[in-house]
Amino acid sequence: MAKHVLRVVAVAYTLFLLVLPVGLIIWRTFGDGLGPFIEAMSSPSALHAFKVTLTVAGWAVLANTVFGVGVALLLVRHEFPGKRLLGAFIDLPMAVSPVVVGLALVLVYGRFSPVGSLLESWGLQIIFSTPGMVLATVFVALPLVVRAVVPVLEELGDEQEQAAQTLGAGRLQTFLRITLPGIRWALGYGVVLCLARSLGEYGAVAVVSGRLVDQTQTLTLYVEERFQNFDQPAAFAAATALALIAVVTLLLTKLLRPKDRSHGN
Amino acid sequence: MAIEVRDVNKSFGATPVLRDVSIDVAAGSLTALLGPSGGGKSTLLRVIAGLEQPDTGTVLISGVDATRLAPQRRNVGFVFQHYAAFKHLTVFRNVAFGLEIRKRPKAEIRKRVMELLELVHLEKLADRYPSQLSGGQRQRMALARALAVEPQVLLLDEPFGALDAQVRKELRTWLRRLHDEVHVTTVFVTHDQEEAIEVADEIVVLAGGEVVQTGTPGEVYDNPANPFVMRFLGPVTEIGGNLVRPHDIEISQDPVEGGSPAVVSRVVRLGFEVRVEVEIGGHEAWVQVTRDQADRLGIGPGDTVHVRPVPGARSLALAV
Repeated sequence: MAKHVLRVVAVAYTLFLLVLPVGLIIWRTFGDGLGPFIEAMSSPSALHAFKVTLTVAGWAVLANTVFGVGVALLLVRHEFPGKRLLGAFIDLPMAVSPVVVGLALVLVYGRFSPVGSLLESWGLQIIFSTPGMVLATVFVALPLVVRAVVPVLEELGDEQEQAAQTLGAGRLQTFLRITLPGIRWALGYGVVLCLARSLGEYGAVAVVSGRLVDQTQTLTLYVEERFQNFDQPAAFAAATALALIAVVTLLLTKLLRPKDRSHGN
Repeated sequence: MAIEVRDVNKSFGATPVLRDVSIDVAAGSLTALLGPSGGGKSTLLRVIAGLEQPDTGTVLISGVDATRLAPQRRNVGFVFQHYAAFKHLTVFRNVAFGLEIRKRPKAEIRKRVMELLELVHLEKLADRYPSQLSGGQRQRMALARALAVEPQVLLLDEPFGALDAQVRKELRTWLRRLHDEVHVTTVFVTHDQEEAIEVADEIVVLAGGEVVQTGTPGEVYDNPANPFVMRFLGPVTEIGGNLVRPHDIEISQDPVEGGSPAVVSRVVRLGFEVRVEVEIGGHEAWVQVTRDQADRLGIGPGDTVHVRPVPGARSLALAV
């Protein structure tokens, strides 16, 4: 009996929280067929927002992948003072609200700060421009690659790397031929998570972008702006596009995850 | 000398692991670093390979000072206790790794790898992955991989430690035969005295980070430098304040010259060997006899017998 009650509660919970809202958005989007969706998504503003989102997410994923693998190696393979502090800092973006991140970035890189004005005198605008949005996205998605790679690196151990060294491999060769293949699935998982987070980021990007339509507007900002302007078809279409991308990345992570286990020994 | 280690000291934090260690390994020899765990033997092997840096002292490999040389420049083969197999590569690619790094021509690599796989009896498993091999097969693969680059010295860190007893014995005999075939200077670490005695030409006993004794298996077994080495190399028992090997004691029912009276407390039959446990003046000791001897003596618990070291037996006086 208790089991049935629990089941009903669980189903109702996911129904009202997840299935109904997402389902309704998709129903509203495709209610009148595929035509309105394609029309809404091919408007210049929507296409531009899509492009901005891809640019920002692309750079953020690239930065976090390189940084993530580097920091994971540092945390697992090396001993140094302040290691635990670094480990704690990596998780900070999980705890700090993205809006705070955005405001902090404006404080450091804004036009009226010393750093911001110096960079601007070199012709480099950070805030209200792509670099600032990339920075904000990098920050909020920072821990994802590191946290995906660290446990696998720990489990992998360093004996294979040492064996490669005694066989004549240098540091780079050891990394490319032994370490990287050993962490590839975990790295793929981390990258996909990072991509999903980057595509969906709203708060931090909203603050640093200035929400300039057709300039610094990402897809999430576009959804919000269209909704505020009573352009519901466009808002729903873009929201559905975001949801579909999320579903695809989710499926990718499901595909990547079990492989790590079968590769463990 | 293939390897000369001079006055090496090494500490991990405040704990000294190697103290003034100096050893010489002759070219073409098979040397065992033997000692209890925590004695520093694995660290010494890793210092020779360059996987650890000594705090002071020097390491010469084939007469060249290698102390500050990175492991990849030392041309040593290293075999790990847990195989360190490259899991994402086939057996063939594992063995080929060192040759691929050295950018040898494909045909040459193929020929050399297949030769080595035949040597370690894995030629039929070339396309398998390490996860599809047994422990013994993985270790043989690791050995072939280390030999592929024609190392000046081959270093094995407890190579059979992770294997079950049966496989361990087989591989031990096989390693000895392989060494007689390949003749590469080999140093292996073990805490198993039987393994060291059976396989090695030369034994270096390490304890507490120091070299306690060096010699052939016979020398170390028969003339142990101190009670510690004697205890570590084989079974011992105590008679009249001396450490004696239990097989170097004779039992008789009648009083003998130099013998001490003893009371039998237990007779344990272990197949061919029989352990006779006795009490001599309040001390417990034991004597190893063959089944025939035990049958001839016909002794049982409670009997009084006379024991003495056989003439010519090696014994060590225990400082009291």
